Amino acid sequence: MSITIADHIRDIPRSGIRDFFEIVQSMDDVISLGIGEPDFATPWHIREAAIYALERGRTGYTSNLGLPRLRRSISDYINKHFAIRYEPLSEILVSVGVSEAIDLALRALLNAGDEVIYHEPCYVSYAPTITMAHGVPVPVRTRAEDGFSLRAEDLEKVITPRSRALMLNFPTNPTGATMEPAELEKIAAVCIRHNLVVLSDEIYSELTYEGAKHTSIAVFPGMKERTVFLHGLSKAFAMTGCRIGFACAPAPLIEAMMKIHQYSILCASIMGQDAAIEALDRGEHSVAQMRREYEMRRNFIVSALNEMGLECRCPRGSFYVFPKITSTGLSSRDFSMRLLQEKKVAVVPGPAFGGGGEGHVRCSFATALPQIKIAMQRMAEFVGELKRESAMVSQ
Amino acid sequence: MDAIIDLLQKNALMPRDEMARLLNMTTADVEVAIAKLEADGIILGYQPVLNREKWHTDKVTAVIEVKITPERDGGFDRIASRIARFPEVQSCYLVSGGYDLLILVEAPNLRAAAAFVSERLSTIDAVQSTATHFRLKTYKENGTSYTFEATSERLSVTP
Repeated sequence: MSITIADHIRDIPRSGIRDFFEIVQSMDDVISLGIGEPDFATPWHIREAAIYALERGRTGYTSNLGLPRLRRSISDYINKHFAIRYEPLSEILVSVGVSEAIDLALRALLNAGDEVIYHEPCYVSYAPTITMAHGVPVPVRTRAEDGFSLRAEDLEKVITPRSRALMLNFPTNPTGATMEPAELEKIAAVCIRHNLVVLSDEIYSELTYEGAKHTSIAVFPGMKERTVFLHGLSKAFAMTGCRIGFACAPAPLIEAMMKIHQYSILCASIMGQDAAIEALDRGEHSVAQMRREYEMRRNFIVSALNEMGLECRCPRGSFYVFPKITSTGLSSRDFSMRLLQEKKVAVVPGPAFGGGGEGHVRCSFATALPQIKIAMQRMAEFVGELKRESAMVSQ
Repeated sequence: MDAIIDLLQKNALMPRDEMARLLNMTTADVEVAIAKLEADGIILGYQPVLNREKWHTDKVTAVIEVKITPERDGGFDRIASRIARFPEVQSCYLVSGGYDLLILVEAPNLRAAAAFVSERLSTIDAVQSTATHFRLKTYKENGTSYTFEATSERLSVTP
């Protein structure tokens, strides 16, 4: 008997990152700038709190929505840092990472054929998650010359009567793009005019630099009631393996998301939830320390890339740079593959993040500075050799 | 300025041009800033952080709690600086609590350390009492941990 796979799953292409990962895995001594998670271990006070919770035998299920104590901490944290008030009992759901929360929100919102707009280049899971929820993914390109932020007029062009939701991710993985509040307000106005729900993935919001303050789209008048605010502990608190994310949204939507969550997941792990309480209540100093470190690495990597002749914008958020590699004459994939094979440095080809990514590669600076230094040296050699190669060819 | 101090505390030998890159400054600006910190006496010197578990030496170190009688003029300062002047004394702090001075002493061997306490320190008039604790093992020194964290195995490429 041959097993047939559901059409909408079969048609989802394999992740471009996955193929690349397998090649990198098979090689030794590779310095990877391809990693989308902090290189820091979770700050000790957070790990220690998790150990204490384990010692007390806190190993059971929690409420489907998450520990009430954690939801209060989330509510306080969001109020303090984003100036948005959510009711801990009815407007917050703790999920297994932001990815799960996105899936829940889409499944709760979409009827088959509903269109969901998202900006590209973007995190790899958005389009497949929309498809898996029987929606239709509708990308909007962002441009390097705009710093990859989203233009309201570009958004407006792709809206149809079937448009149901807009997914935002600022600061953006992979481009490090951020949005000026005035530009974000224009996006908000478009969403209100066309009655779009906004799924705002703000996972990198603490990691903004030069003192730039992150603004959530949910703060604009008329937006909180149509926004699913999505955040988690993975990036800023270096807690990827704890798998704690959360969604804040109007109570009826949280209730609908909870139905899916309770039947498919039940609850996020209590160990992660206990750690998250400590992180949100007392982690500000640790976050600030890691942010300072990221900012210095960012300064280093941006100047090194520009010096070697790869045009690189200085990202104002996230821990990624997205340099342009077209000056080398190679495609993103060839550049990444040859850099890996010839110099053992892994970067991720831009097209892995969708349209608009060609001509770029993503380099993560969530890697210790000594590694970044070696990687930049090897990359500079590589770019130099490519230049000499092309000079020879043209002679 | 604080960012430069942070970097120097982590690695005082970091090349100044690298520091400049990390802080988005020019190398000259970094050099001027450090020279000023030195001239202002904010930076008094640079020292290596030693792993005493690996450095085979007979040297002993002790933490000594010292109770002293403060003087009418000058309080603890004169007596504290008198004690601090001994080359065996590595650090000397006035502290709150059950005793007055906390001093860190390093001596070539146990005999020398004992002699310092009984012959030098305890014989000073203003010193009422001492309690000496010898260092047995070091776990962390000046912010540097001896027991390094196991490097977590991250996947080599992740979205």
